[in-house]
Amino acid sequence: MSARSAISTSRAKPTVNANAFEVFSWYFFRVSGVLLLFLVVIHLIFMHVANDVSQTSYQFIVARYNNPFWRVYDLLMLTLALLHGMNGMRVIVVDYVRGKGWRLAWMSFLGIVTLVFWLMGTITIIAFNPNHSTYAAFFGALFHH
Amino acid sequence: MYRGQSGMWSWLLHRVTGVAVLLFLLVHIVDITMLGFGPTIYNNALSVFATPLVRFFSLALIASVLYHSFNGLRILIIDFWPAGAQYQRLFAVLTILLTLAGFISMGYFVLLPVFQGCPGVTCG
Repeated sequence: MSARSAISTSRAKPTVNANAFEVFSWYFFRVSGVLLLFLVVIHLIFMHVANDVSQTSYQFIVARYNNPFWRVYDLLMLTLALLHGMNGMRVIVVDYVRGKGWRLAWMSFLGIVTLVFWLMGTITIIAFNPNHSTYAAFFGALFHH
Repeated sequence: MYRGQSGMWSWLLHRVTGVAVLLFLLVHIVDITMLGFGPTIYNNALSVFATPLVRFFSLALIASVLYHSFNGLRILIIDFWPAGAQYQRLFAVLTILLTLAGFISMGYFVLLPVFQGCPGVTCG
């Protein structure tokens, strides 16, 4: 039975020599996983079965984001999915990257990617306004002058 | 006990599908960011997802999400139900069966427009 914990740090609940973060991470995988199961499967059925992908247009999003419920839904899904996935990458790095320097480099890279992509998604969801594109005016001005 | 048996393959598939779904999530964050550049740029970017080729790729995404979800449930059951580990082979088989059932029913709807020659929808 203990073979499992020797092979993967992700599976067995950390007990001996565990630091508080690893215990938190173990629970976070499970709690966010259950929430994501519902959020993502409903999202997939909504976007790929109830509607066809070809119907996902700007106007489709305008209608959908008129209701703040879907903004909160998407924001929750984005945050949980990115943290769950990036924490998975962290476990993979812990499993395969042994050198201290390489591990620090990987962890920094994962941290920056998490922050940048979370900001991109969050700004998009919160700032979306059909009458005032978030970046169009800004980048448009850059390109035209 | 572990090597070459259901536990090892479940662990490997969970990891591979997890990385695949994460990579798609990063692509997906980039494509929704196009919303901030207005309707023309967003609609052009999103039209890629309706092409037959990308529809086939999205089948791999759906299979990965479903397997990762059901296998995650299997892990939860084994972790929190004391008798769970006794039924690990049964759960591994159930995970595959549930994934296949969900994949076939969802994949049918994703590919239907391609097989019907795209009536009423744009296939890119």
